[in-house]
Amino acid sequence: MSDRSQLISTGEPFKFDQERDTEFERLIKRYPERESMILPALWLTQEQEGWISAEAIAYIADRIGTFASKVFECATFYTMYHLHPMGKYHICVCRTLSCWLRDKQAIVDFLKDEIGIEPGQKSEDGRFSLEEVECLGHCGTAPVVQINGEFHEEMDVEKLKALLAELN
Amino acid sequence: MEVKILSAKFDLEDGHKLEIAKQHGAYGTLDKLFAMKPEEVIEEVKASGLRGRGGAGFPAGVKWGFLPKGTGKPVYLAVNSDESEPATFKDRYILVKDPHMMIEGIIICSYAIGSHDTYIYIRGEYTSQVKALQAAIDEAYEAGYLGDKVAGHDFKLEVTVHRGAGAYVCGEETGLLESIEGKKGQPRAKPPFPAVSGLYGCPTIINNVQSIASLPFILEKGAEAYKAYGTEKSSGTHLFGISGHVEKPGMYELPLGLPLLEVVEKVAGGVWKGRTLKGVIPGGSSTPVLTPDEAKTVTLDYESMAEHKTMFGSGGIVVLDETVDMVKLVENLIYFYHHESCGQCTPCREGLGWMLKIIKKVVRGEGEMSDINLLLELCDNIEMKTVCVLSAACTMPVRSYLVKFRDEFDAYVSEDISTAAANQE
Ligand SMILES: Cc1cc2nc3c(=O)[nH]c(=O)nc-3n(C[C@H](O)[C@H](O)[C@H](O)COP(=O)(O)O)c2cc1C
Ligand code: FES
Repeated sequence: MSDRSQLISTGEPFKFDQERDTEFERLIKRYPERESMILPALWLTQEQEGWISAEAIAYIADRIGTFASKVFECATFYTMYHLHPMGKYHICVCRTLSCWLRDKQAIVDFLKDEIGIEPGQKSEDGRFSLEEVECLGHCGTAPVVQINGEFHEEMDVEKLKALLAELN
Repeated sequence: MEVKILSAKFDLEDGHKLEIAKQHGAYGTLDKLFAMKPEEVIEEVKASGLRGRGGAGFPAGVKWGFLPKGTGKPVYLAVNSDESEPATFKDRYILVKDPHMMIEGIIICSYAIGSHDTYIYIRGEYTSQVKALQAAIDEAYEAGYLGDKVAGHDFKLEVTVHRGAGAYVCGEETGLLESIEGKKGQPRAKPPFPAVSGLYGCPTIINNVQSIASLPFILEKGAEAYKAYGTEKSSGTHLFGISGHVEKPGMYELPLGLPLLEVVEKVAGGVWKGRTLKGVIPGGSSTPVLTPDEAKTVTLDYESMAEHKTMFGSGGIVVLDETVDMVKLVENLIYFYHHESCGQCTPCREGLGWMLKIIKKVVRGEGEMSDINLLLELCDNIEMKTVCVLSAACTMPVRSYLVKFRDEFDAYVSEDISTAAANQE
């Protein structure tokens, strides 16, 4: 468990855009109980905004008709929900067994050096954030890196350099 | 050694698309299915000997038989696509390369257990995979294989994808149900088992993706054809994931029962870089490690693994070469399980935290012999004292390294030994 208890207010009201609104209404029909929409609604929020604010938590609770504390509970329990804005490129490096055996550390060390941040931090210019994550289910092509959700397999420092050069 | 039962369509170009999949037999079992009685389907699956591929190896047909009859409540099917056990990477091939095989399996299972609502729980990190899966489901709806009348038969079936968001414990079947209900993934005390009281308090069957995807073959070719693969008690084939220090890591479909080392050698190209073998993890990170000696006699089936005091698990084989520092490996493992503890039970939440502190101290070179014994004691005091077996998934393998590679741990804490080693060099 990691401590993820801090919410940030934007000071602006939050609501779903048209596309998310439609998707919310489509999905809620699939469940016999409305609270099942907590995780999907958090995903919709994160897709729309990139992260989940205090206002978004209140909005989701309202939309579903549940307590904000229940939404908060899920937002903090599940580690993929971002409770503050990430970098433009959010880089996740798998730290678990098979990736560790195939030298994920070289990748982490390179990134720390190159971007100048530790895992869990965001670069000052907001371009990059770095995270070490647990097994990503691609152990046969270790080590594995995910950038903004996209998988990059059999990584090494050279490949990573090339990849970073392509990002603008 | 490789076979193509589940992976028969994996190499086809666009085999994930309905049109191509159909040309190669997808949904071909449905007429036969609906001509059978649900009980007959369950009997056929029981006869096939298919065991759950999520890790526990419980016979699929037997589990379905636990559903109470005539409760008046809906029956739910939850397909476990959480695939988070370290070293496991098989189910996603099905989701991406042959999703219609799984959807056909869902239809078969749903008909057998009398369910009209399926939730597929997929881990949040599977971003492109969830899109591929949803696209296939959309296709199946459009073609009438899902919806009000499955393939024109008087059977209704809705399939919904539910995304997780980064929690290994949601692979545990009741943690998974909590997560679908919109809660933290904290596993439930059993009994009641989900078959009696599961999702929304209704009878629920939870099966792994690969278990479900094995059904179309069993129904089409029959239980005997399935049993032609594997051993007497461990029938069929499995998508094995081989990772770590081998020349050719990857996913390979093999019948159960093959000698482990022969598979490592012939299928995965052997230990990489010409190095020697130090150990093998046979079925995902939570299964006890095997020494090279033990590995010599083990075969890839449930019985042989149990005889060697380890588990078949999820079929995620990890090969460790001579350079692996077992103390640091254990640190990596404990870190994972501690991080993934749901926090509900004190022995797991606090105990794994203590174990992590102790192993870190040992790795820093500040440990004492009593710390190694304390780790062993903690394993005993944590295991089976919690609601779910996440804690045991940590203590069982950790104990195996502590016992089988004890001298490495001792070397970290004993000055005598480290100076002796230094003097020898
Ligand atoms: C901590 C923990 C994690 C698990 N993770 C998974 C998983 O990712 N995928 C899976 O299919 N089963 C997982 N299981 C096993 C499930 O609880 C359950 O036994 C399985 O989904 C049943 O399906 P099967 O009988 O078809 O194998 C996990 C169990 C535990 C205790
Ligand atoms: S250990 Fe890195 S993807 Fe599984």
